[in-house]
Amino acid sequence: MKKLINAPEAVLADALTGIAAAHPELNVDHVNRIIYRGTPTKAGKVALISGGGSGHEPLHGGFVGFGMLDAACAGEVFTSPTPDQMQEATKVADSGAGVLHIVKNYTGDVMNFEMAAEMAEAETGVKVSAVVVNDDVAVEDSTWTAGRRGVGTTVFLEKIVGAAAEEGRDLAAITALANLVNASGRSMGMALTSCTVPSAGKPTFEIPDDMMEIGVGIHGEPGRHRVALAGAASIAQQLVDPVLADLDFTSGPVIAMLNGMGGTPLIELYLMYGEVAKLLEKAGVTVARSLVGNYITSLDMAGCSVTLLKVDDELLKLWDAPVNTSGLRWGL
Amino acid sequence: MTTDTVSLDQLVAWLARFRELVSQQQGYLTELDSAIGDADHGSNMTRGMTAVMEKIGVSHDDGTQATLVDELFKSVGMTLVTSVGGASGPLYGTFFLRMGTTAGPVTTLDGAALSAALRAGLGGVVARGKAEAGDKTMFDAMAPALDALDASLATGGDCVTATAAAFSAAKAGRDATEPLVARKGRASYLGERSSGHLDPGATSTALLFEALADTLGQAPA
Repeated sequence: MKKLINAPEAVLADALTGIAAAHPELNVDHVNRIIYRGTPTKAGKVALISGGGSGHEPLHGGFVGFGMLDAACAGEVFTSPTPDQMQEATKVADSGAGVLHIVKNYTGDVMNFEMAAEMAEAETGVKVSAVVVNDDVAVEDSTWTAGRRGVGTTVFLEKIVGAAAEEGRDLAAITALANLVNASGRSMGMALTSCTVPSAGKPTFEIPDDMMEIGVGIHGEPGRHRVALAGAASIAQQLVDPVLADLDFTSGPVIAMLNGMGGTPLIELYLMYGEVAKLLEKAGVTVARSLVGNYITSLDMAGCSVTLLKVDDELLKLWDAPVNTSGLRWGL
Repeated sequence: MTTDTVSLDQLVAWLARFRELVSQQQGYLTELDSAIGDADHGSNMTRGMTAVMEKIGVSHDDGTQATLVDELFKSVGMTLVTSVGGASGPLYGTFFLRMGTTAGPVTTLDGAALSAALRAGLGGVVARGKAEAGDKTMFDAMAPALDALDASLATGGDCVTATAAAFSAAKAGRDATEPLVARKGRASYLGERSSGHLDPGATSTALLFEALADTLGQAPA
């Protein structure tokens, strides 16, 4: 394992130190491992709190700031944060209008956020609602599994719902919007290589040089199938087809994301986006906005994912609204 | 002769023995978890139970800060929730929190009270994890263990024989998870590929009942 670290067990603490040094506009609570806005949430604004295992940066800490999250809880690499962290995040972020928990659908994350919500309501009376993002079409059999995993749609959701929260909408409206965004997004990912978790010290899975994993999860979970490595056009097809098969994206505009898994250079991501755009055009899908880059990663995994989100004028307006975070910044 | 109850000290000894067992089998639990999960069950449980013993074992000569069963289990549950993370933290944490609520502010548990507390704990695991029989989870070791405990108590067994029966049933339940296809947790994404491996959660649950049987099976001090 070759990594820019001091020690495997210190990765998260040291990374939070770096985030605090690089972003004086944010507050970093090193004890509770939460990142929150430097300026307090304004009264009457619903607070958006997310979190999850680390290793997916910029998600979630990179999306804390005006127009997106109020606070993010960082767990150990690929391990859910705990309810006490979410409690602390709620304390610093709640302005009295309630809190929305944005949870990716993984067993540990869902349980820990549920406990946090129960504790918050019992102890402080803060109103908490939650959205569980589950957009990964690679998981075919949702009935007999823990369900579809939460991946790329999380980025869209944090941006769009964040903009709505800045407008001062109430918790019920915010929750309904979050559920709408989740229902409107689908993703599919692939890996050329495995990620390596620092504490494990070796790759999560073995894959030969001439093979790739189609439908991989953001923790290196197995995908739909392992197939022979192919050209970018073929890979794009293998990602776009299952997404389009799962939801009709031809009835209105979409926002498209070509996301890097952390170990793939931007030149390849743009190359892949070009292939994806061609396929979408051929399928009659109108791309209104696009996002290409590393937004929800899997440590050093080489590979990418495609996420499509059905939008209308309202969602597009919220997408275009100003945002000021280290991960997304525009319209200021 | 002692009356057939479990004392607070014995409950603390149970937790200490559980810590010892998960720590001894840390590598094995992690190995099971790397086959069908994310390779951290042994280290997470060891970290959690070590935190538990540090939390409850401070300063008192009798080995515990808590003087009542509900205090003890609430402290154990919260410590697990805040130190373990992942799915095991909320599951084992909720188990002990619910045990504490049901046990109440008492200093000893008789067989019926022990059973009621454990049942409440199982109810918490089900509420949190939504697991059913055969999903290849800790439920598959815990539910048969409690059935065996109750069956033994119902036929006049004392706490020692009842917890020994519970341990046997937990082991059998654990072993029965091997051929199952996982339907909960990260292992469920493997589908058929999860078959042929013991469930790590059922395995640590069997250790929980082994620890209980070990502790009560010893001659009382």
